[in-house]
Amino acid sequence: MPELMLDGHALRVAEGTSVAAALALGGDGCTRTSVSGRRRAPLCGMGICQECRVTIDGRRRLACQTLCRDGMQVETRP
Amino acid sequence: MNEYADLLIVGAGPAGMAAALAAAPSGARIVMLDDNPLAGGQIWRDGPQASVPVQARQLRERLQSHRNIRHHPGTRVIANPGPKQLLVEDDEHGWLISYDKLILCTGARELLLPFPGWTLPGVTGAGGLQALIKAGLSVQDQRVVIAGSGPLLLASAATAKKHGANMQCIAEQASLKAVAGFATQLPRWPNKLLQSFTLFDRHYRTGTHVLAALGSDRLEAVRLHQQGKIVELACDRLACGFGLIPNVQLGQALGYALEGQALAVDAWQASRVDHYAAGECTGFGGSELALVEGAIAGHAAVGDFEAARQLWPRRARWQGFAKALNRAFALDPRLKSLARPDTLVCRCEDVPHGALAGHTNWRSAKLASRCGMGACQGRVCGGAVQHLFGWQPSAPRPPFCPARIETLMSLDDTPPAP
Repeated sequence: MPELMLDGHALRVAEGTSVAAALALGGDGCTRTSVSGRRRAPLCGMGICQECRVTIDGRRRLACQTLCRDGMQVETRP
Repeated sequence: MNEYADLLIVGAGPAGMAAALAAAPSGARIVMLDDNPLAGGQIWRDGPQASVPVQARQLRERLQSHRNIRHHPGTRVIANPGPKQLLVEDDEHGWLISYDKLILCTGARELLLPFPGWTLPGVTGAGGLQALIKAGLSVQDQRVVIAGSGPLLLASAATAKKHGANMQCIAEQASLKAVAGFATQLPRWPNKLLQSFTLFDRHYRTGTHVLAALGSDRLEAVRLHQQGKIVELACDRLACGFGLIPNVQLGQALGYALEGQALAVDAWQASRVDHYAAGECTGFGGSELALVEGAIAGHAAVGDFEAARQLWPRRARWQGFAKALNRAFALDPRLKSLARPDTLVCRCEDVPHGALAGHTNWRSAKLASRCGMGACQGRVCGGAVQHLFGWQPSAPRPPFCPARIETLMSLDDTPPAP
């Protein structure tokens, strides 16, 4: 069971859990702040809408298409 | 690490898997790309809370048993830098793939239409919620409303209920007459009839559509137009999808012709010489149709036309199902007037509906408002404005999706300065 850091908080999840699901399990599920300053959460769940883009280990990636790995650092705020 | 494929398949859902398996006995060098972490597409999306059917598991095992099939999961197409060449990227690398034959099995996405409150956290697509649950999202004891149109609503509801959701309403915009008319035709496809019985839910309401998602920082309730009445239901999640639209962007960029909103193909699933397409990107029809179309494309691409031809009757049978489905769930024109002037249409650039007033085409609206110029490159709002205003999205230009600079730099073949 991988353990990852979500905005500085540790969370252990089941193998195969997506980062998008982990963000909802460990917090409010939000992934980014829109250009007009509102929080957003995953919409399409399948890699199309880009609402779930987060920073994972320093790289911009889609939370819904990325599986949790041990030691991952996920940031949802700029 | 540039790569060559006799046959390149983009998309590892039912159509892509069937295409690879049909082509594999020829010994061709097959490369299959897919954006998702695992093969199976959206219908057989795997995850800690998914129950993938035996058929899908068997297909996956058969794919692994062929040594001439290479599968790159988590890989996106970024550009088409030259003839028969694609630039692709996964989470680590970018590289070029050259191919002789190509089969696009890029599937479909949900039609997501703007309505007040649809940007609130807690609102997802209908298939979107199902995908998120399969990937581990918890909906235990959450109040869920599912709205929109098509059989995906019932499938999504079944997944949510199985994982402990408290279903409040399944709102189908089509009329009872249209849905009942479709149901009476189901005995023509017995396994679909059986499926519909297992999915039926007492919260299913026809002639019902969403008006607004309510809440300040996150979803708190939904307002529905239910058979002439306005009702409000408190809920934690609203999953709303208005049917499927084919993913044609890559095909358009590669010069495939369109027929309606889908990629145009001939009887061999070919769109132009050496370029084929199969599955939902050629029109919505479900996994059975995608499997047979994929197999036809796979056989044809390696020159086994007799094997392809033998599958034509099966394809015709499932095309009939697709036609009946698309007729029954045609969208109510009232859904075009859900958005108010301040409702965002483009969620990437936060462009409200009011900013699009006065424009007569997609290009003019884009240039003036940035609608469709954000990270998703119009994949969400482009489908919406096509439905709302009839604006035809133009063929995309590379990069087709956000890419890393290193990936784009791998295209530069000029030697480094001394």
